[in-house]
Amino acid sequence: MSAPARPQSIAHLERLIAALTARGLVSEAELAARQASTDRASPEVGARMVARAWLDPEWRALMLRDGAAAAEQMGVSMAGAPPLGVLEDTPTLHHLVVCTLCSCYPRAVLGYPPSWYKSFEYRSRAVREPRAVLAEWGTTLPPGTRLRVVDSTADYRWMVLPLRPAGTEGWSEDRLAALVTRDALVGVALPQVPTALAAE
Amino acid sequence: MTEARFAPGDRVRVRYDWPEQRPQPNGLPSAHIRTPHYLRGRLGTVQAVLGSFANPEDLAFARPAPKRALYHVLFDQPPIWNEGAPGDSLLVEIFEHWLEPLESQEQAA
Amino acid sequence: MSDVEPTPAIHDIGGLSRFRCTPVEHDEAPPDAFGKRVDALRQILAQKKMMTVDELRRGIEAIPEEEYFSLTYYERWLTSITSLLIEKGVVTPEELK
Repeated sequence: MSAPARPQSIAHLERLIAALTARGLVSEAELAARQASTDRASPEVGARMVARAWLDPEWRALMLRDGAAAAEQMGVSMAGAPPLGVLEDTPTLHHLVVCTLCSCYPRAVLGYPPSWYKSFEYRSRAVREPRAVLAEWGTTLPPGTRLRVVDSTADYRWMVLPLRPAGTEGWSEDRLAALVTRDALVGVALPQVPTALAAE
Repeated sequence: MTEARFAPGDRVRVRYDWPEQRPQPNGLPSAHIRTPHYLRGRLGTVQAVLGSFANPEDLAFARPAPKRALYHVLFDQPPIWNEGAPGDSLLVEIFEHWLEPLESQEQAA
Repeated sequence: MSDVEPTPAIHDIGGLSRFRCTPVEHDEAPPDAFGKRVDALRQILAQKKMMTVDELRRGIEAIPEEEYFSLTYYERWLTSITSLLIEKGVVTPEELK
């Protein structure tokens, strides 16, 4: 999937950009600026949103009502971005996000999608055998948990608000945010307290 | 905002239609569909009205794109492939023109 | 719904039997320099109302099957962007050769 682009494709891209540049339609400065702003988005934003939701019920309500407004409060510019939906896990319901038709992903709060999210295997299997896919991440849902797979097909982008793990009572927002991985925000993993910390 | 025909809790059926099977004479696709193949003809329940958005089927061909109501529709997962765990589900964004009310269909049948 | 169900379009791969039980390769790599450049170009073209994301997808879906599966992710994007810009008369095939 993530084989490097072929030299002829790289050359083709440069010819296309040259043709567009010659017409004044794009510039190297615009490309650099756009790439820099895309590079700045990272799962740390989503992780901070989740940690805050674990601590602050009002924030949690805002995030569930209007994810984009919550992201804006985190300093993310959502202008021109698709609406952001937040999927609330409960002790009996776990969410998993996939886009079977392409690779829709909440880039504003998670950054670039990883290669596996865009792979044919993940896109195809997450809807049909989601528990087998979770098992490949070493994720087993507690007994009695129903799994809800969210196929991101249209205008929203979706992130998961996972359950706060046990053993984190009294933790600060920063410390909680460090538990929330990109995988947990997609739903292939659950936030885990490292065993060394849990023993403290 | 476009008036939404369905409300949360409504039972709906996804249209059993395959526009992608009708390509242009030159063989290129004549349609761009955001309703996954595995849901065509399936029964679900409207979970939420997500708003109204320009119809991607028009946007894809740079045509004027009227807004359409968009729903989050919940489906039981196991019946779709006859596998999976009971209680597991699929939640998918589907535009209104792909949904039919279940009651009127059943009355017609 | 039955064995005679029509074949889905090339991109519409949810639940397809051909990918059953094939492990998901846990490739965490972000896009390479080529991918990031294509990505930035697409965003600029969208911002300038020169193409929508839905047109990009339509262009990807129009790639012939053999080519579709031999291209990398961002090569498919570039193929689609190129076809769309030619279709719209923004660039000519000759100057890209």
